[in-house]
Amino acid sequence: MPLLEIKNLTVSFDTAAGPFMAVQGIDLSIEPREVLAIVGESGSGKSVAMLAVMGLLPNTATVKADRMAFDGIDLLELSSSERRKIVGKDISMIFQEPIASLNPCFTAGFQIEEVLRFHLGMDRAQRRARAIELMKLVGIADPEERLNSFPHQMSGGQCQRVMIAIAIACNPKLLIADEPTTALDVTIQKQILDLLVGLQAKYGMGLIMITHNMGVVAETADRVIVQYKGRKMEEADVLSLFEQPKSNYTRALLSALPENAVGDRLPTISDMLFEPAPSAAATQPAAGAAP
Amino acid sequence: MSVKVLEGKNIVRDYHVGGGLFRPSRTVHAVKGVSFSVDKGKTLAIVGESGCGKSTLARIITLIDPPTAGELFIEGNKVDIARNGLSKEMRRKVQIVFQNPYGSLNPRQKIGDVLGEPLLINTDTPADERRDLAMRMLKKVGLGPEHYNRYPHMFSGGQRQRIAIARALMLNPSLLVLDEPVSALDLSVQAQVLNLLADLQDEFELTYVFISHDLSVVRYIADEVMVMYYGEAVEYGSRDEVFADPKHSYTKTLFAATPRADVASIKARLAKKRAA
Repeated sequence: MPLLEIKNLTVSFDTAAGPFMAVQGIDLSIEPREVLAIVGESGSGKSVAMLAVMGLLPNTATVKADRMAFDGIDLLELSSSERRKIVGKDISMIFQEPIASLNPCFTAGFQIEEVLRFHLGMDRAQRRARAIELMKLVGIADPEERLNSFPHQMSGGQCQRVMIAIAIACNPKLLIADEPTTALDVTIQKQILDLLVGLQAKYGMGLIMITHNMGVVAETADRVIVQYKGRKMEEADVLSLFEQPKSNYTRALLSALPENAVGDRLPTISDMLFEPAPSAAATQPAAGAAP
Repeated sequence: MSVKVLEGKNIVRDYHVGGGLFRPSRTVHAVKGVSFSVDKGKTLAIVGESGCGKSTLARIITLIDPPTAGELFIEGNKVDIARNGLSKEMRRKVQIVFQNPYGSLNPRQKIGDVLGEPLLINTDTPADERRDLAMRMLKKVGLGPEHYNRYPHMFSGGQRQRIAIARALMLNPSLLVLDEPVSALDLSVQAQVLNLLADLQDEFELTYVFISHDLSVVRYIADEVMVMYYGEAVEYGSRDEVFADPKHSYTKTLFAATPRADVASIKARLAKKRAA
């Protein structure tokens, strides 16, 4: 049985100009112990789809799906208080901006312990012991000291580690990482990715990696879904996606990588998206072709 | 013969952090004696992690901040803004494009005014001529005359970065400092902006100082690469030299940390995972 199963998910937002369809009929499923990457540019609906699963979208959003089930539980039928018992415990999420997603008014320790109190009902001594254990697990040096630090006293990488500690505090079955390394330096990015994949393997979590960086996909994923403007363009295992991309869009994304540059100009997506295909990588775009 | 547009000798920049009642003041050495030179029409890339002093160096090169010590030459002339101030002439020669196109454009200023402002401040160009020049520049960066009367919020991130580049080019600078110009952009838009920069460089023989932490972009655009680490240039050489044979241990770490998106490394990773 898949850990998370979504069929025909549609999310629309009410705007002054009528409904805006952010996600249009996405199917998705992830097995336990699997790393799934969702790739797409900003506006492709990759974050919105996952926020819909978490129930974190604002009131202006309308979520519709034929099926949205986590571990056999139908998420569409749940009341918000029942959903709160799952979210943060069995499904948890890491966000893009680590410093902005922690509460600046509370210490790192308080924010980790809050999850343990709410979901697991631990007493104070247990919470503190577990918080220290979690800090060690995510690689924060002298955790006893750091429990009393506020977010502004820590670097971006350390804040992201605290976020990860909060997310894995209750041993979730599914971890959703929404661009976990976009705001971080390359060397820190490597450490955080290694940490996430290491924890995933150690605890047998399912991991959904939302990213726009093809390098991150190549380094972490088992299976990949490529999204564009709210639709799924392609789904494949990671090797065949890079070896033989099937959709034009994926091909365009891969050839826009600077390391794959042919000649002294990069092919751009608008040049090739609607072309028939294979030799697309060879075409030279006109100067700065703007959409 | 190649002309040196920019040369820095032993540039140092210290910041004094004021102490409080119970805390002594201290000095932060942001840049510790960096030397470099860039020829006309070439690109120097400065690579390093946050806090290594690359943006401080960018501010010095752009003549925003004076260096604490060391000499800066632009087109062969020594520039010392701490002593002599900054003339309009100098200001025209160096321009900068910032990282975040959402923050670097005034939301209450129309695009036409954004582009006209550098001319208004630094030259005596009459209004109708400024308008013509702005229109022409819009076309150069891949936008149209219809964008002249729009506000920044009506543009996407990539288009805004084009506007920021257009603004920097209005005064015909010889040196353009690009402070992480594509790191806030999507992959496909990043490719478009990089192409635009390459086209403009060919057309105007521009010299770029390109600051980035993305090695794949640097490898694509740079002629020479300088790697900075804690305020020092730990590696400096031509692109091929640095990428083929990194000498300093930090450069090696940096290369090892960059995610690789080629089939061979995916195969290696999957094989390792299966074995584990």
